[in-house]
Amino acid sequence: MRHTLSVIVENKPGILTRVAGLFARRGYNIESLVVGETENPQVSRMTIVVDGDEKIIEQVTKQLHKLIEVIKISDITQEESVHRELILVRVAADASTRGEIMQICEIFRASIVDLSRNSVMIQATGDQKKIEAMLTTLRPFGIREFARTGRISMVRGSK
Amino acid sequence: MNGAQALLKCLEANGVEMIFGYPGGSVLPIYDALLDSPIRHILVRCEQGAAHAANGYARAAGKPGVCLATSGPGATNLVTGIANAYMDSIPMIAITGQVPTSMVGTDAFQEVDITGITLPITKHNYLVKDPAEIPRVVQEAFHIASTGRPGPVLIDIPKDVLQAQCPCPDADEKPVVDIKGYRPNVKGHPSQIKNAVKLIEAAKRPVLMIGGGIIHAQASAELFELATRANIPVATTLMGIGAFSETHRLSLGLMGMHGTPYANLAISKADLLIGIGVRFGDRATGDVGKFARDAKIVHVDIDPAEIGKNADIDVPIVGDARIVLKEFLKLTPPMEQAEWMDQIAAWKQNRPLKFRTDQLTAQQVIETVGNLTRDKAWVATDVGQHQIWTALFYKFNRPGSFITSAGLGTMGYGLPAANGVQMARPDDMVILFTGDGSIQMQMQELGTARQENLPLKIILFNNHALGMVRQLQHFYCGKRYSGVKMTFNPQFSSLAEAYGIQYYHISSQEAVESTLKEAFAHPGMVMVEVAVDEQEMVYPTVLGGKGLDELIVCD
Repeated sequence: MRHTLSVIVENKPGILTRVAGLFARRGYNIESLVVGETENPQVSRMTIVVDGDEKIIEQVTKQLHKLIEVIKISDITQEESVHRELILVRVAADASTRGEIMQICEIFRASIVDLSRNSVMIQATGDQKKIEAMLTTLRPFGIREFARTGRISMVRGSK
Repeated sequence: MNGAQALLKCLEANGVEMIFGYPGGSVLPIYDALLDSPIRHILVRCEQGAAHAANGYARAAGKPGVCLATSGPGATNLVTGIANAYMDSIPMIAITGQVPTSMVGTDAFQEVDITGITLPITKHNYLVKDPAEIPRVVQEAFHIASTGRPGPVLIDIPKDVLQAQCPCPDADEKPVVDIKGYRPNVKGHPSQIKNAVKLIEAAKRPVLMIGGGIIHAQASAELFELATRANIPVATTLMGIGAFSETHRLSLGLMGMHGTPYANLAISKADLLIGIGVRFGDRATGDVGKFARDAKIVHVDIDPAEIGKNADIDVPIVGDARIVLKEFLKLTPPMEQAEWMDQIAAWKQNRPLKFRTDQLTAQQVIETVGNLTRDKAWVATDVGQHQIWTALFYKFNRPGSFITSAGLGTMGYGLPAANGVQMARPDDMVILFTGDGSIQMQMQELGTARQENLPLKIILFNNHALGMVRQLQHFYCGKRYSGVKMTFNPQFSSLAEAYGIQYYHISSQEAVESTLKEAFAHPGMVMVEVAVDEQEMVYPTVLGGKGLDELIVCD
């Protein structure tokens, strides 16, 4: 099963290597890993999506805890959370298909951020399901390339 | 003051009396500062020797050992020693010089990324970029290395940082360690402790499984009290040897792949296994699917990641072994366990630990050394057959007195480790058991021992072969022996003479005790070479994929 771990780490050089190295070394599968600053410049938040059963996730969490620069780990898989990914996708488009593609963008609340004679570049945000659904809808037009971020997540509710 | 001087001041403030090291270009400022420091420098012959010596020192002195090497090859030579310390949870500070900051990343002369290389084999490591960080980094390094589950910490310092001017660290005011992500939990959970004691009260066939954690936590007295009060027999892993007196009736000795028959049988038949300071490693459990099948398992360890990693646990307790055992003692009533005691006694009687007596063996020599030196000597070993025979036949009574490379199984560990032990305990007797294979991996450290005038007692078993590998090939490769014959060995008597070491030779059973007595009476360093048969095997042995009760014994 896929788990989303929200990991607060010290904002120090080398921490990404330590975390990534740990996953590689112990044979855990990272599906995605996003790291960025937080409201506190001294710490960063890593959102790690990892695939594995309860036993593996328990080991991942415990091994991550052993890294001195890891401050806090929350498995937010079961929590009511907001998950977002960003995708940029270039789709083949000429005058005859452009209108239909623009309609699809509207449905998915995506925006066209670049336009050329035979393609458009679309930017979309959303959870993984939405991104997948949009890609499926666009596929018949011919997807030239896409780039997508990993997942960032935050638990809902007041804190 | 410069960075190097500040470094030594900080080491001094942390109780460092000596450093095992080897100089080079990047650490010139440290070597210069050493001339004016009360810290003693022990010049080894290869940096790997420095790391193992710091390990032996740490284990005998009960505080972190410090080793020092220059950048590049100096640093990489430490790597085996650092990995060894990591696997056995030994507190160690490794300090390496690095090329100047401006040259880092340029493949400069003698540059390696040692923090990158040691990432998976250190508890933590640092690359210091500003001399003002040195006091905090050193303070944190000692804190991390010696608390929680101990381990090695590496500090890499570029040469320009060592040379740069910085304020003198205040000796009276050590920086306060505040690491948000490092708060080891030492107190066991009270309700889990209650659950564990309930299991002890209900158990009919309990066994204590003891590892190095008891020695690190200095919990032998509490362990002894618990075992004797509730009549629970004690089996130990290789790291746990000595934590419980091996001459006591409740001792089962070594368990696992080469464990005693009665230890392995007791664990296989147990209805309760209490593992303390152990990690249920594969050498201790055999096939983990067949391990302690009938037992509920209580696991006490300071490292939460060890609990449930290898074996499924019924009662997990994260905490310091000593603190948790004290809580156990508050709740555990005296118990008789008469039936179980009879069973253990019967196994000891009917399935004894034994070795062949029709010719001279290492086992006989080790047993005799045990009888002559038990309770007073520190015993280091190398890795191989002699190591397991020492674990089985010496019979250790003193916690921490068995100094061996358990987790990594590093041949070449013994001699430099013995040097470190003797440096920490100059007035005590230090014995090294080694083999002709092992000693030749770090033989140059004889020079270190002689330079420091160490009265080491080396017992060298010479079978002109790599006995343990030969044994593996015997069992797993259909007796096709490959690359295990030492058809050339040096004349060890001449080698001893070259180093000015008193040499003795044992070639018959009758000569064992008298020769050993004579050698031990010699005030200086001695080497006792014992000629043994390459065909001798380590028994008992549990083959791969087998359970602990499926052991092969000596016939």
